[in-house]
Amino acid sequence: MTMTVHVDIVSAEAEIFSGLAEMVIAPAAHGEVGILPRHAPYITTLHEGAIRLKINDKREESFYISGGMLEVQPHKVTVLSDTALRAHDLDEAAALESKQRAEHTLSDKQANFEYAKAQAELAEAMLQLRAIDKFRKITKL
Amino acid sequence: MASGKEIRTKIASIKSTQKITRAMEMVAASKMRRAQDRMRKSRPYAEKMHQVIGHLAHAHPEYKHQYMQTREVKRIGVIIVSSDRGLCGGLNTNLFKMSISAMQSWLDNSIEIDMCTIGNKATGFFKRFSGNIVATPKNLGDSPSLEDLIGSVKVMLDAYEDGKIDQLFIIYNHFVNTMTQGITKRQLLPITADEEDKNLTHHWDYIYEPEAQEVLDGLLKRYIESLVYQSVVENIACEQAARMVAMKSASDNAGDIIDELQLAYNKARQAAITQELSEIVAGAAAV
Repeated sequence: MTMTVHVDIVSAEAEIFSGLAEMVIAPAAHGEVGILPRHAPYITTLHEGAIRLKINDKREESFYISGGMLEVQPHKVTVLSDTALRAHDLDEAAALESKQRAEHTLSDKQANFEYAKAQAELAEAMLQLRAIDKFRKITKL
Repeated sequence: MASGKEIRTKIASIKSTQKITRAMEMVAASKMRRAQDRMRKSRPYAEKMHQVIGHLAHAHPEYKHQYMQTREVKRIGVIIVSSDRGLCGGLNTNLFKMSISAMQSWLDNSIEIDMCTIGNKATGFFKRFSGNIVATPKNLGDSPSLEDLIGSVKVMLDAYEDGKIDQLFIIYNHFVNTMTQGITKRQLLPITADEEDKNLTHHWDYIYEPEAQEVLDGLLKRYIESLVYQSVVENIACEQAARMVAMKSASDNAGDIIDELQLAYNKARQAAITQELSEIVAGAAAV
């Protein structure tokens, strides 16, 4: 009888997977990690990529995530997946835009949204391209 | 007494109002169901996140993140979640009343306030109230995504990191059931650990990858964002429920008024007939 660990994969907008698996392979910050049952407490950030679960000898499942967090307790693995694409520039642009909107509503004058908006769109496009690229590489292997 | 024609037009106009309120009631009912669904779907994430944060609070990390340290309070950040549209009973008004009383007590202790308003109603209200609004997200609509909120939350988190604010609160409507919504004021920052988990009392810590600071930064940021998202989703469910109830009572009231007017109309018509008859009879008797 092989050992299994309880795995939960959730995102802010839905529950993706909940069940037992023999092994979890995830794209962690310093490269891929394989988590087996009774792993020491471990916490890391995840890159965009595929999370693969070895359910048993015959079955394997994989989920694509765009990033998130991985928490490991000896009998429990939790993946907190991001629904939103994240990057420093992108968050910065969103914050800037939100601030400008507040100023705009307060002053009620025409403010210049264009710069923040363009920056956000550019950052998003770049991130998407990168995510697609990575996913292609992973699926090819 | 109003003439028959006047009453008839009044009845017609109230009937058309009733039609609108009834339609709005039904729209709100179906939207509420969807909003509740969304609320249910986002709950696992919030719960898991809460568990992880709970574990973290019981770990003995070599690095203590500033989100978990309490400071002396000089300035407070408040996120106020309201609806975009009105016609939902006293939902927003009650929320604003409660927000103002909370803010007043802070101001009395000479604590300054920075606000982030979510929803048109709050933005409009606190603009008039001359509050200091530092961030506001764009219109969220009925199905907000986490992405729309990141910017505004970041503004508040940055302010906390820079020491501009020392505490962060969120005020929103908490969904109990269709008839009841409760106003909730919740402290987001600094993060406070609650109940003890008995399995985790011994001394332990996580293995962090890459660095504790980086990991905690990402995790805690997501935690706050998920709390804000959950609040927004709940507030939308509340809005739809409140609107449904408000529109239902409006339709009922319109029905009552129509009944009364119908009675008045019938009476007026009967009076007119009686008068005409008595005039004819009187005329015949005179001949």
